[in-house]
Amino acid sequence: MQPQDLLYAKTHEWTHLAEEDGTKIATVGISHFAVEALTDLVYLELPEVGRQVKAGESFGEIESVKAVSDLYSPVTGEVLEVNRALPDNLGLFQDDPYGEAWIAKIRVTDEASLRDLLDHNAYEKQCAEEGH
Amino acid sequence: MTGNLAHTPLFEWHATHGGRMVDFAGWAMPVQYASIVAEHTATRTAVGLFDVSHMGRFRIAGPDAESLLDRIVTRRVAGMKPGQIRYALVTNDAGGILDDVLVYHLADREGHTFYHLVVNASNRAKIWNWLEQHRGGAQVELTDTTVATAMIAVQGPRALEIVRPLTEVDAARLRYYTGEMTAISGGHAIISRTGYTGEDGCELIVPASAALEIWERLENAAGQFGGMAAGLGARDTLRLEAAMPLYGHELNEDIQPFQAGLGFAVDLEQRTFPGRDALATLRDDVRAPRRAGWKLSGKRVPREGYPLLAGDEPVGHVTSGTFSPTLGAPIAMGYVRPDLAVAHTSVMIDVRGTRVPAQCVSLPFYRRTS
Repeated sequence: MQPQDLLYAKTHEWTHLAEEDGTKIATVGISHFAVEALTDLVYLELPEVGRQVKAGESFGEIESVKAVSDLYSPVTGEVLEVNRALPDNLGLFQDDPYGEAWIAKIRVTDEASLRDLLDHNAYEKQCAEEGH
Repeated sequence: MTGNLAHTPLFEWHATHGGRMVDFAGWAMPVQYASIVAEHTATRTAVGLFDVSHMGRFRIAGPDAESLLDRIVTRRVAGMKPGQIRYALVTNDAGGILDDVLVYHLADREGHTFYHLVVNASNRAKIWNWLEQHRGGAQVELTDTTVATAMIAVQGPRALEIVRPLTEVDAARLRYYTGEMTAISGGHAIISRTGYTGEDGCELIVPASAALEIWERLENAAGQFGGMAAGLGARDTLRLEAAMPLYGHELNEDIQPFQAGLGFAVDLEQRTFPGRDALATLRDDVRAPRRAGWKLSGKRVPREGYPLLAGDEPVGHVTSGTFSPTLGAPIAMGYVRPDLAVAHTSVMIDVRGTRVPAQCVSLPFYRRTS
């Protein structure tokens, strides 16, 4: 997946949307910017499969040597699948943040929850301001 | 974010070399450059360079310098030979720890001796005022040299090799916890065989104007051994593995030296200093909670303030915790009742709602082999 084609939450999670049988399936992860800011990752807690999540709700956590951060769901829906290989391969966040380091797939149950997501340009702008 | 903060003479270097600047006790300091783990590992295996210019530095000279210090700190200063350095505490009347400090006894080129005190950045004003308050009629000249100088810690198995070409005094000749005045880059500096990482190494106190040149030379040399500049993040993981207490975490005014495991730094015999009499009683207090260390299962990191539990009973809280890069496991320090502060006993640590088993281990967590 190309970062330009993704949508982003202000909290640095990315979302890729695909249509499946008339419903939208969101694949989510965290951005390269977030990975660079966290550094030295040691622990990832995945969301539970089957959990109903709201956009902006904490649904997991990621921990570095320095600090622990919540992961926020970028969309409202049901967690269909999680990347079980990821917690033991945290280096994937560095190597392939928009591919192999996907965190979860979520069936979107409220499309209105997508409205607050940023496109790549808007997200880049936010990162530039934060990084300053 | 770091607008109103004090800058060390190396601030620009940090800012232009990827240093992530944070507020530490009013100073803009680099918490890390690229990776805390990389900087930590470089220090354990080669050499790490640390800007510790934020530490407070006081020069104490004059005929009564020795006696003033001797009646303020917990260890004997009288009788320290020039070149000797002692770790000591400053305590209040109740025996609570105001700061942990290094006392240097030094001699200049002409053979005049003086003392130097290195204090924590967060306690600089407090200890300065304490000295002023206790000096009475003593003939001493107190100078805060913090801003006029920079302090650089060079730590790791290759530390002495990269320092030797720069200083007139051979660092390898200095024994642990000794220091001397030396020529360096055309100026005068204090070189000492001290540090806060659990590795061999030395610390340099140099004129502020010479700091950048010295730092860059050290950084170049470090690079040839796989060493690098390291930030306060790595300094914290390194000192925590070495189980060195940090003021504001393991030490504060409600903690006395014996419970902190710092009895070695308290000399009560035929001494007079604030807290001396209180400490004579506290020394035998077998019930005071004691500092201990734990290794946890899993990968979740115990952070400061997380509760310690024995069964369902709260028995203390974490004062420092991290993921130990050397052990590859989460570690923590804290205070608990003495029967729990014993190696091989277990407690639970409440990590954000999940109880994680933690095994008490003998400190330090890490001890260098050579």
